[in-house]
Amino acid sequence: MSRAPSDLTALSLREAGAGIAARALSSRELVEASLARIAATDAKVGAFLAVAADRARAAAVAADARAAKGERRSEIDGVPVAVKDLFATKGLATTAGSRILEGFVPPYDAAVVERLEGAGAVLVGKLNMDEFAMGSSNENSAYRPCANPWDLSRTPGGSSGGSAAALAARQVHGTLGTDTGGSIRLPASFCGVVGVKPTYGRVSRYGVIAFASSLDQVGPLARTVEDAALLLGKIAGHDPRDMTSSTREVDDYLETLEAGARGLRLGIPREWFQGGLDAGVERSVRAALATYEKLGAKLVEISLPHSKYGIAAYYLIAPAEASSNLARYDGVRFGLRAGARGLRETYAETREQGFGAETKRRIMLGTYALSSGYYDAYYLRAQKVRTLIRRDFDEAFRSCDVVAGPVAPSVAFRLGERTRDPLQMYLADVFTITCNLAALPGLSVPCGLHAESGMPVGFQLVGRPFDEATLLRAARALERELPPLPAPALGAEVR
Amino acid sequence: MPASDFQTVIGLEVHAQLLTRSKIFCGCSTEFGGEPNAHTCPVCLGFPGVLPALNQRVVELAVRTGLALGSTIRRKSVFARKNYFYPDLPKGYQISQYELPVCEGGGVDVTVGGVERRIRLVRIHIEEDAGKNVHDVSPDGSSGVDLNRAGVPLLEIVSEPDLRSVDEAIEYLRSLRAILMTLGVNDGNLQEGSFRCDANVSVMRKGAERYGTRCEIKNMNSFRFLRAAIDYEVRRQVELVEGGGKVEQETRLFDPDRGETRSMRSKEEAHDYRYFPEPDLPPLVVDDAFVERIRRELPELPRARARRYQDALGLSAYDAGLLVAERAVAEFFDATLAAYGKSPEAAKRVANWMNGEVARLANERGEAPAAWKLTPATLAAVLRLADAGTLGGQGAKQVVEELFASGGEPEAILRAKGLAQVSDEGAIEAAVEKVLAASPAEVERYRGGNKKLMGFFVGQVMKELKGKGNPAVVNALLGKKLGG
Repeated sequence: MSRAPSDLTALSLREAGAGIAARALSSRELVEASLARIAATDAKVGAFLAVAADRARAAAVAADARAAKGERRSEIDGVPVAVKDLFATKGLATTAGSRILEGFVPPYDAAVVERLEGAGAVLVGKLNMDEFAMGSSNENSAYRPCANPWDLSRTPGGSSGGSAAALAARQVHGTLGTDTGGSIRLPASFCGVVGVKPTYGRVSRYGVIAFASSLDQVGPLARTVEDAALLLGKIAGHDPRDMTSSTREVDDYLETLEAGARGLRLGIPREWFQGGLDAGVERSVRAALATYEKLGAKLVEISLPHSKYGIAAYYLIAPAEASSNLARYDGVRFGLRAGARGLRETYAETREQGFGAETKRRIMLGTYALSSGYYDAYYLRAQKVRTLIRRDFDEAFRSCDVVAGPVAPSVAFRLGERTRDPLQMYLADVFTITCNLAALPGLSVPCGLHAESGMPVGFQLVGRPFDEATLLRAARALERELPPLPAPALGAEVR
Repeated sequence: MPASDFQTVIGLEVHAQLLTRSKIFCGCSTEFGGEPNAHTCPVCLGFPGVLPALNQRVVELAVRTGLALGSTIRRKSVFARKNYFYPDLPKGYQISQYELPVCEGGGVDVTVGGVERRIRLVRIHIEEDAGKNVHDVSPDGSSGVDLNRAGVPLLEIVSEPDLRSVDEAIEYLRSLRAILMTLGVNDGNLQEGSFRCDANVSVMRKGAERYGTRCEIKNMNSFRFLRAAIDYEVRRQVELVEGGGKVEQETRLFDPDRGETRSMRSKEEAHDYRYFPEPDLPPLVVDDAFVERIRRELPELPRARARRYQDALGLSAYDAGLLVAERAVAEFFDATLAAYGKSPEAAKRVANWMNGEVARLANERGEAPAAWKLTPATLAAVLRLADAGTLGGQGAKQVVEELFASGGEPEAILRAKGLAQVSDEGAIEAAVEKVLAASPAEVERYRGGNKKLMGFFVGQVMKELKGKGNPAVVNALLGKKLGG
């Protein structure tokens, strides 16, 4: 069998899996094509922090053996995937994008890694990210920058930048990321791929290095809605090791995927179209809304009056939890240990050397917000705002089935453009953050290219708790109507 | 102004390790000891990405304790993180409960100097233990960290500052410890640290309305040290106040070698623990059915048992108190009664043996009831042999001692050691006649009115019978022969 590797890397997750099922191609071919693609493109893209070629090749041999015996574990058995370097991988270095975890090799797998590998997927490596998932541009990675395959001078978005860039660059067929304030949806939007942030509790967080525990959620990124549905179905479900994971049964996301948008009520939040939204982005989003109307959906204007406090509440709650979650990086048991003499000095030096500027900023913010005398005014009040934001959504869902709008105020901005201004950087998450605060499921699906920049624009859908199925169905309805995005510039160039 | 013009005020915080097989948030063993870090896993080591999964047994034991102590069981309580850096605290925070603990209120009844008082509880909450730092083990002078204990479940039981003397404090701890042991939630071991306590101590002038400034005393791992530490601290504070000084709020460490407390950290150096609700654990919800099931399964508590011993068996408060201090001892007592008899006379007799000879032997040998070779059945058999006159007082003691040391059957021991009492009238009569024949002068004086000589004759007859003569028969025959 001779096939150009680029043909293989362009396959969707579903197609690649189907090819193995039909014995038309092998896991080894797919893995070799993926590794070759990474070798050819990643010096420019920077999506990977580590490539596990030997491990992937061994897994591919095993997958092919299963296929030969008719014992495939699932429809994704043998297909190359990769995960954000925030997920613990047994025997494979895991850094969270931070110097402080340099050389840390976990003795356990994250639950979602177990599930993916349990389904037979082949892990080819660990993806670039902002340090501890803190950032919106991937520029807080302690190891290397990550570029947007559509325009290498632009950011892929963050914090799961590598997870989106690897898909846009056709390096793997599916990835996992995490979303605390938009960290899956923003990069998906910037890189022209699909990203799902499930309901809080839908996917186990066990083995996912914590940033903000009450907001973090694992989700899939993929090049098609169907692939995202397929991956989500594999990773969702209760895990007794994560007490915040739901025991609710997991829907069959593929079963309802093609059901269309007829009769669906889309709630359009007034607040998401006011000031700050790029005109070109608005045009693409409004065009998508018009498409939905054409498909028989109904547009309903809604209001989320408290969403304007979302960023403020988020930047108290998330850093507060982070300041506590990151206390374990003390140089005592794993990762970096500075060669200082006393105990206090070891703590201070290790953390001084090991954490980057943004991480330190958030640790300080969070420590302050939790301090005696400030707790009520900051942390507690932010939690009250969170409740109000959730109520806004509950109210909105009385008149609509999904909330729809832009993912981000702009398309991917340029590398270096916002690194000096943290507040500007934080505003990239203005439309995604409320979904996390309300613990609801959200999704980003491409809705075309930005007229001026030629960059992808993402369309966001937010659903009722545990109603990922409706989000995926609605996203699929739009995807089916739009012409497929062209291959990103990088892809064309290298091919 | 003498110390007697001051009133001592004490509040106690008890940390009791819960008797679960596995740790509170992971499957590791809670076994004491073992190679350092043998009982650890990524969860209790605080590795990146791992999460706590609550051991449901912990909830059950906490609710059981709360119910036994008359606390209100919160149907919804919340875990919180207590944040501070220390090498023995792997996550950089301890998972505890803060604003909404699982139990609130309740109390422990104590009797000191015949006065019964109820010491109120503020709260009982669930938390995880920390590990321990190990110093001076490495030739290069570095310290080690042993995390075997990290994640062992604890109950923190906080009393109101209701205790007014060191005696009350110790009585409170003894009672609480007996209750926890009876409930099967704690093993009561102070040395191994599975039952430990911190004391908040202050003094005020008698009649004053406001409490003095308190100091928290740590590191007292025996009742003796607790007494020494509180006594020292009260003296220190009284002297300070009398000298015109002021007590500073601080945490003080007891030094058992010197018998004193010394400053560990001042109020200014106190940690800001930055408590906030633990986002990795949902609120702990217990429903009525769960609470009621645990209530139904509560065992009889020591005070109730002591009351029953007094009311139904007619024991003295003192005897009853001794028996119920340890659940296993009380159960031994009950089992012996079941084998021997439940009349007040029988109970009194068994209680005397338990609190006398048995307690003495157990102390001497340092053995817990579980290790005794004496059983309720063999003790009851000894008592029956004594009742039948087969064993005398001395003989019974010797048999019990042998049972304690090696176990076995009382009758076999009594035969093997030749301890059977001589009740045979012929044998005793022969001895009596022999003694009277050998002591004509004494017989003369006795008959002349010196009745005190009876003791002499009894002694001589017993000597003749090698101490095994039945005293009642000896007395009766002597009386008859001497002509009453």
